[in-house]
Amino acid sequence: MLSGILLFNQKGELLIMRAFRQDMRPRLADVFRIQVISNPSIRSPILTLGSTTFSHIRSENIYIVGVSKGNVNAALVFEFLYKLVSLGKSYFGRFDEEAVKSNFVMVYELLDEILDFGYPQNTETDTLKMYITTEGVKSERALEDSSKITMQATGALSWRRDNIKYRKNEAFVDVIEDVNLLVSASGTVLRADVNGAIEMRAYLTGMPECKFGLNDRLTLGENGADVSLGGPVGNKSGQKASKAAAGSVTLEDVSLHQCVKLSSFTNDRTISFVPPDGSFQLMTYRATENVNLPFKVQVIVNEIRKSKVEYSIAIRANYGPKLFATSVVVKVPTPTNTASTTHRVTQGKAKYEPSENVIVWKIARFTGQSEFVLSAEAELGATTQQKAWSRPPLSMQFSLLMFTSSGLLVRYLKVFEKGNYSSVKWVRYMTRAGSYEIRF
Amino acid sequence: MMFLPVAAYHYPSPFAYKSLLYARSPQGKVAELRAELTAQGGKKDKNYLNKKIALKKIVANMTMSNNDMVALFPDIVDAMGLPSLEIKKMCFLFLVNYARAKPEVALRALPILLKDLEDTNPLMRALALRTLSYIHVRNFVESTVVPLKALLKDNDPYVRKTAAFTVAKLYDHDRVLVEGSDLIDRLNLMLRDENPTVVSSALAALMDIWERSESIKLTIDYTNASKIVQILPDCSEWGQTYILEALTSYVPQDTQEAALLAERITQRLSHTNSAVVLTCIRVMLYLMNYIESDKVVSNLCTKLSPPLVTLLSKGPEIQYLALRNALLILQRRPEVLRNDVRLFFCKYNDPIYVKVTKLELIFMLATEKNIKEVLTELREYATEIDLHFVRKSVRAIGKLAIKIEPAAKLCISTLLELVATKVSYVVQEATVVIKNIFRKYPNQYESIIKTLCENLDSLDEPEAKAAMIWVIGQYADRIDNSEVLLEDFLDSWQDETHEVQLALLTASVKLFIQRPTKGQEIVPKVLKWATEETDNPDLRDRGYMYWRLLSSNPGQAKSIVMGEKPPITAESEKLDPVTLEEMCLVVGTLATVYLKPVHTVFRSTRPRRLQDSPALQRSKLPSYQAAQQAKLLSSSSLSLPQSNGGANGQAQNGDVLDEADAYFASIGNSSMAVSAAGDFAGSPTAGRGGEQVYRVNQGQGLGQMGTTQNAMNRDDGEGDLLSF
Repeated sequence: MLSGILLFNQKGELLIMRAFRQDMRPRLADVFRIQVISNPSIRSPILTLGSTTFSHIRSENIYIVGVSKGNVNAALVFEFLYKLVSLGKSYFGRFDEEAVKSNFVMVYELLDEILDFGYPQNTETDTLKMYITTEGVKSERALEDSSKITMQATGALSWRRDNIKYRKNEAFVDVIEDVNLLVSASGTVLRADVNGAIEMRAYLTGMPECKFGLNDRLTLGENGADVSLGGPVGNKSGQKASKAAAGSVTLEDVSLHQCVKLSSFTNDRTISFVPPDGSFQLMTYRATENVNLPFKVQVIVNEIRKSKVEYSIAIRANYGPKLFATSVVVKVPTPTNTASTTHRVTQGKAKYEPSENVIVWKIARFTGQSEFVLSAEAELGATTQQKAWSRPPLSMQFSLLMFTSSGLLVRYLKVFEKGNYSSVKWVRYMTRAGSYEIRF
Repeated sequence: MMFLPVAAYHYPSPFAYKSLLYARSPQGKVAELRAELTAQGGKKDKNYLNKKIALKKIVANMTMSNNDMVALFPDIVDAMGLPSLEIKKMCFLFLVNYARAKPEVALRALPILLKDLEDTNPLMRALALRTLSYIHVRNFVESTVVPLKALLKDNDPYVRKTAAFTVAKLYDHDRVLVEGSDLIDRLNLMLRDENPTVVSSALAALMDIWERSESIKLTIDYTNASKIVQILPDCSEWGQTYILEALTSYVPQDTQEAALLAERITQRLSHTNSAVVLTCIRVMLYLMNYIESDKVVSNLCTKLSPPLVTLLSKGPEIQYLALRNALLILQRRPEVLRNDVRLFFCKYNDPIYVKVTKLELIFMLATEKNIKEVLTELREYATEIDLHFVRKSVRAIGKLAIKIEPAAKLCISTLLELVATKVSYVVQEATVVIKNIFRKYPNQYESIIKTLCENLDSLDEPEAKAAMIWVIGQYADRIDNSEVLLEDFLDSWQDETHEVQLALLTASVKLFIQRPTKGQEIVPKVLKWATEETDNPDLRDRGYMYWRLLSSNPGQAKSIVMGEKPPITAESEKLDPVTLEEMCLVVGTLATVYLKPVHTVFRSTRPRRLQDSPALQRSKLPSYQAAQQAKLLSSSSLSLPQSNGGANGQAQNGDVLDEADAYFASIGNSSMAVSAAGDFAGSPTAGRGGEQVYRVNQGQGLGQMGTTQNAMNRDDGEGDLLSF
């Protein structure tokens, strides 16, 4: 497994080095610096030299590197590195050069705890925070406390500690969808899919058992994929037409937080779990059928000789008139030799950003069913470049509340607990642009 | 039971961090830090605040590989005894880093650590054990063994799981010592522990030991496999990964059992951690080799597809890994990815390594049905900025023309559109692939030669030049001014690479054969250059060959040089069957990123093979099928040389070298496949003499755990644990 962990800043200065095995040598840090950080032609996150492999990811302005010997499980290495970043964020607020430098002893302490002989150990933030804390180390604890910690760190419910108490029991559910779109120059939709996540913030007393209900008709996978699953969801007769009917949703695939009982999900599609305390990601899913696209974009671009490009871009909101999208940003690429631009918009503001070679059109509030237009011209300077303009796609960003592109709905969330308290639940939906690209 | 006051105490600010690294001369700094560390704080420094700050500075310097810090070792050992866990942790870190440099000083810390092993606090016991076992110093290793035996049975699970990993650590330090003790047997006992984390840790430790020792064998029978699968839901994401990894050491003896186990682990495919998902896919692919029913296998395959695609919404590194594995799985179980090819279309912002792999996958998934979409997409990529990616896209279009015959025309028109952009590297790449298209479809698309000839000037890369020269030579009789074009290239003969010179030589001969009047001036000149003015043996040999051929029998020369060429395919990228089989056993590992046999990348890694068993579906293995084909092939290839001679070397042609290469490669492949298959029949499972067999056997608990040396006890089910 992992032989060591290295953290570098952007300049290649070593911030953290921890060895877990004999084969981790200090000079390997120099090797990585020379071969990866100062080598602009490196294009892969994985580099193997001899039998030593450097797997790296980047977060903010640091490199996080896992060093290993032999043919190790690469998925495990990267998942661990991601986990290290998210742990760092939850401990220090962010995980960048400054955070690492001002907390380096703590980073060492965490590393010692979450890796043993290079094998990832318990990495649950909640448990770790019981005995590794930013407020100095709460070291000399009562013995029973320590046993509680060790049970927690090795137990089946490592994500939740005992004796959590809240005066007001609340649970917030956020359904957040990133809708991805790729439209070809001729206007056909090449791909439209949704990456969704259900984020939860649970402030619940005791050991609550939660049950989650999604759309009445929840189908998983394509036809046939769920034949063997049977159960009440087996909406087999429903062919594509009826799947589009109201209240149904087809999820291509789901992955669930480790607190969810996978067996009961496989059997009858109920999502039942004991939640971690605080915020966590309950589930992620993917949908490719019947994706509701919030915006329809029409792009007309004319290159007039070598000196000018004309744009006419119309964007129409496809959602109900009561909803509105916020922070809508449309980026319209211009040729690299653009000298100046002129633009007119029916709503919002447009501005040319020479550093990115785009016209940025911002609309703070985009009401449903409305349509706005940008007309622009880009004057081109003379150029020696022979190559034609590569026409990168137009891209959009937005966020839209109370709308899901997949049609997913939360029907209910039930909380069962010995205390039998009543709890308040809140559900919010949001659709954002993932990679929303229109070629022209 | 004291808590440190928070307000007064802060980690050094970034400014401080930096300032202490670049301060003063080394000796001055060491002396200063020592003074800080050993200073008596008096009453004010109740919580050793000053000592802690000094220690932090020392740790910071240690990170920068500042070896002057070794000088502080004795002072660190002194500080180790202070009643503060925070100080202790920093001292331990120092100890782990420098113990090898100063073993004699480190020894002074040993009693402190040994005492901590008996601490009442389980976290302390675990910390001491963890630290102790990181230190590669003989006395430390030897002193660990006895207390370790007790700690393996500690009543706290956290200590037990730490102890389990300690066994693997000791094995890394001194394998003889561990093999001579009963530690591995004790580790094996832990597989029956009530705590799932302890079990998964023990399994991980055993696998780690197995990986590094030829003399150890890991055997898991169905009952044990079934038990560890049962505790999967209770383990952490990492624990689940360790257990799944261990499952590939279970050799199903019965096809029903394999199917049942595969079905039981499918739930793991919904896990968020991609290590769990990919390792689960690995185990399922492995078990499929032992499942007889095609229906069950195809049902399992349909379940693999959605999770694999879902990994594409994770971080780019995981996406990359998932895509590389998709390339692999697609070759072994094509039904897994019957998805829409559009799922793999590139996003504009994908990192380049993701894009390139998606491109390969798009190529593999392209069929006659989706070719239109695919070509539009590839055409789009060919105008992007990244040079390497653009080239690969163009190349993919050309290869598709070869792979999907009905779509050849469409592919070629796409290529011509790209050539029309006049972008130099696009034109060059297109030229190279068009040459291959001519090879595949001789005498069909000559109309495009004209377009190619218009772009001669933009060719400056050897490969593109050689390709163009080949086209000119091959179609010399159909290109009006072929001799002029060739002359142009010949002008720079001296400066060309051998690749281009070889192509020029062959093309000149072809020109002469097809249009003797035009070529008669060129050929003698080129032959002279090739034979007399070069130091390249290939070029010289080929020159002589042509020379003699032309001088001895010009008539036959034509049939040889312009003979029919063997067809080419686009299948060359596929892995050979033996490698494919091996790679499927290591899905999710680094080797799958390189898609090369494990031992070529990581030489010391223990090889994995499919173990023989009554349930193994041998006739469905790619290597077996390849071996069967090779047998057919070798019987037919025996007669090949004769028929060649008889038919005046039909197979000989302008690309003699290419063809010979291909011929020898095919011989090499088939003989390799045969020998590997032979190996297979010989069954590597049968324990070779002298091989020590470790056996994992969680379970039946007859307490027979043996210190006995058993070379083989594969069949007696009730022996527990791993026997040694």
